[in-house]
Order: sequence, then C-alpha cells, then structure tokens
Amino acid sequence: MTEKKFKFTIDDQEIEASEGQTIMQAADDAGIYIPRLCDVEGLRHQGSCRVCTVTANGRTTASCTQPAEEGLEVENENEELLNYRRDLVRMLFHEGNHLCPICEASGNCELQAMAYRLSITQPTKFPYLQPVRSLDASHKDIALDTNRCIRCGRCIRASQDVDGKGVFGYVGRGINRRVGVNGDNLADTDAEISDVAIAPETCPVGCIIRKGIGFSKPIGKREFDLSIIGDQPPGGSDD
Amino acid sequence: MTEVVQKKRIATASLAGCFGCHMSILDIDERILELIKVVEFDRSPLNDLKKFTKRCDVGLIEGGCCNEENVHVLQEFRQNCDVLIAVGQCAIMGGLPVMRNSIMHSDDPLKECFDEAYISSPYIQNLNHQIPNDPALPLILDSVYSCVEVVKIDYQIPGCPPNGDMLWSTLTALLNGTPESLPRELIKYD
Repeated sequence: MTEKKFKFTIDDQEIEASEGQTIMQAADDAGIYIPRLCDVEGLRHQGSCRVCTVTANGRTTASCTQPAEEGLEVENENEELLNYRRDLVRMLFHEGNHLCPICEASGNCELQAMAYRLSITQPTKFPYLQPVRSLDASHKDIALDTNRCIRCGRCIRASQDVDGKGVFGYVGRGINRRVGVNGDNLADTDAEISDVAIAPETCPVGCIIRKGIGFSKPIGKREFDLSIIGDQPPGGSDD
Repeated sequence: MTEVVQKKRIATASLAGCFGCHMSILDIDERILELIKVVEFDRSPLNDLKKFTKRCDVGLIEGGCCNEENVHVLQEFRQNCDVLIAVGQCAIMGGLPVMRNSIMHSDDPLKECFDEAYISSPYIQNLNHQIPNDPALPLILDSVYSCVEVVKIDYQIPGCPPNGDMLWSTLTALLNGTPESLPRELIKYD
C-alpha cells in the first residue's frame, strides 16, 4: 500500500505529510519543532497540556492530536501563540510546587526547559497554589512526589500501553485532578524500576524519582543546562 | 573641566535569603570597577548602610518574606526605589524557605514547625526546650511569601543564584535605559 502524501504549510513553509499524521508528527519529520510537554514519541497522543497549541486555518488547536490536512495553513511561531504557551507553562509552575533549586530533576526537567525556551522570567498575575500532597517513598527503588506533577499523563500511558500494568491513573476532577497509583501506595503496586513508566524520559518533571541516582550528574552539566529544548537535531528531543 | 556624571543610586537588601545572590553580585569580578563609575550604593549590606539616605533608582531584593521585618524592609524599598528588582528564586517564588509552606498541613502549622525546629528534632541541642521568643525577634509570618505577593515588582532576575554575567547584563541594560529580555541561554532557575 502506498501512503498518500500531501502538502500543507507551517509558518508559510511548505512541508509534506502523509495521511494519518498529526500536525506535530509532520512538523517533526520536516525538522520544525513545536513545543510540547504531554506528547512524547512512543506513547499515544493525549493533547492535554496544550503547550503545542498552534493555529490551523486561524483556529487554535493542539497540534499533537490535530490531523494534518492538505492545504492547511498552520502558524506555530508568533507573539500570540508564544504568550499562550507562556501562560500555560506559568500556570503549571503555579499549580504545583516547582522549586527548581531543591529539585533533583532541575536541568533535566522539561517543564523548566520549556520555561527557558519561552524566556519566562517576569512576574505573573497568577497566585502560587502550593499544594500539600504527601510524598510516597514506600517503594524501595522509586519515590513519588506528586506536588511536582503536571498531570501530563505520560506515566499513565506508558504503564498502561507499554508496560501493560496500569500502575498509574488519574483520580479526581478539575483542579483536584491528580495522578494516583493502583494501590494504597507505590509499594503496593507492581511498579518496577525497569518499567518504561519509571524511565527518566517518561516523567518530564521531578515527580517520579528514581532513588539513589538523583545527583549522579551534577547540576550545570545536565541536558537542558547545555542546550535549549527543541534545538537539538530533528527528532533528538524525543529520543 | 571634567564632566560630572550623575550616578545612579542602587540599594540592595537580603530578606529571607542566604546572601548567595549578593555574593553573585561580587561575581561580576573586576567589572565592579566599571559599575562603581556609574552607580553609587545606598542602603545595602555591602556598605552596611541601614537606612536610605536618598531616593534610589534601582532596588535589588534578595529573598522572600518569612517574618514581619522582611515585609517592612520590602515596603520601604518599594517606597524609596524607582525600579524594584526581585533577584533570585527566593525573591521570585519563595525559594528554599517556601518549603515551610508545604509542611503546613496540621491544625497549628506554625507550632509544629517550631517544635520540629527547636524541640523535637533529633539533631538539636536545646537544653531548656524553649522556642526563642525574645521581643527583639521579628514575628514570623504564617507562611513564606514571595516579593511579588507583597509589593509590586518591576523585574525579576531568576537563578539560584543568578550568575554574575546575568546580573551584569541585566543591570547594565537597565542603567542604559534599555531593559530587554535576557538571552534564553542565560536563563536558569537553579
């Protein structure tokens, strides 16, 4: 079967896509980076963080779930979208306890890296919600600090779809929505350190902590200390 | 005849911080000689001036507010400075002291915090089991607040601490009247 190919534009640049591809997948293939947090290669798309918001024929949409179409005019880089993305990332910072100086994920954290990419430095109008959720350090190899969770659902999808375990799941609704585990605590579940859901590239922030290795690489030499997220060679950011 | 340059006045303060950001100001190294040609330090721990002598152009605040004295100092800075800059993560979002807020889960969180700090912790030597309560000590706040929650902040310089280059480029841009966003390679929150 031959794949049907068609063309559409991102920021006036014509790119090729094949049927079934999302806007983001086509952009990745063409070497155009669209900022993202909840979408990661190898997991099904969820479209919940909305950081990948673009305009397609003038309407805002999540590019990780929106299918590419022939002749679509997509805008990815403009002031309005930049400010949408900044506000979305700021709100994530304000909803949880994202204390970079004390977090072992600092420098490897995609939320932090996205804030660097979007040049978020200035005061905001949002209040800090400062949640108080208990730390789950029951598991011998893994700890869970959901105060740092951004509810991207990557661990949920990895555990369900890749590991076939369903260790993680959403509980609660609205602002109270959070990631819970399938048991009283993490030690009660069949989570293992070798799970894809626990792998460092799955959790974008410092919520899922692999015990004993946090500072094996010093701060200042970590991935996003050295490069801006999305500026790696095409495909590099998701590998 | 030498031209008299009107020097800009800078004031600095460390609230609930560790003085790391002030140390970082010294990390501009020999450029401090250039800085001192165009600025004059007013109230600051660097020159030990405790009170404002004149109105200042720029105020640099390190640290958030964890006690009433911090709030008073911050309000004085706002009143006496044209431009107020929050320097470092503690001033911006509370930083390390704000960890106190996340252990505030009991009915009497402040008491629990003091008990842990002065009485029940296994690592302390406090023979009379008293929580310090001298009237000279500033009252501690119910929780730790970032500067922007207390007064209007004009600019923020993130980092823990912001490095010397970052402080230098921000300050020079501001003093030249062209504040602009930092190059994103310099932005760090840790």
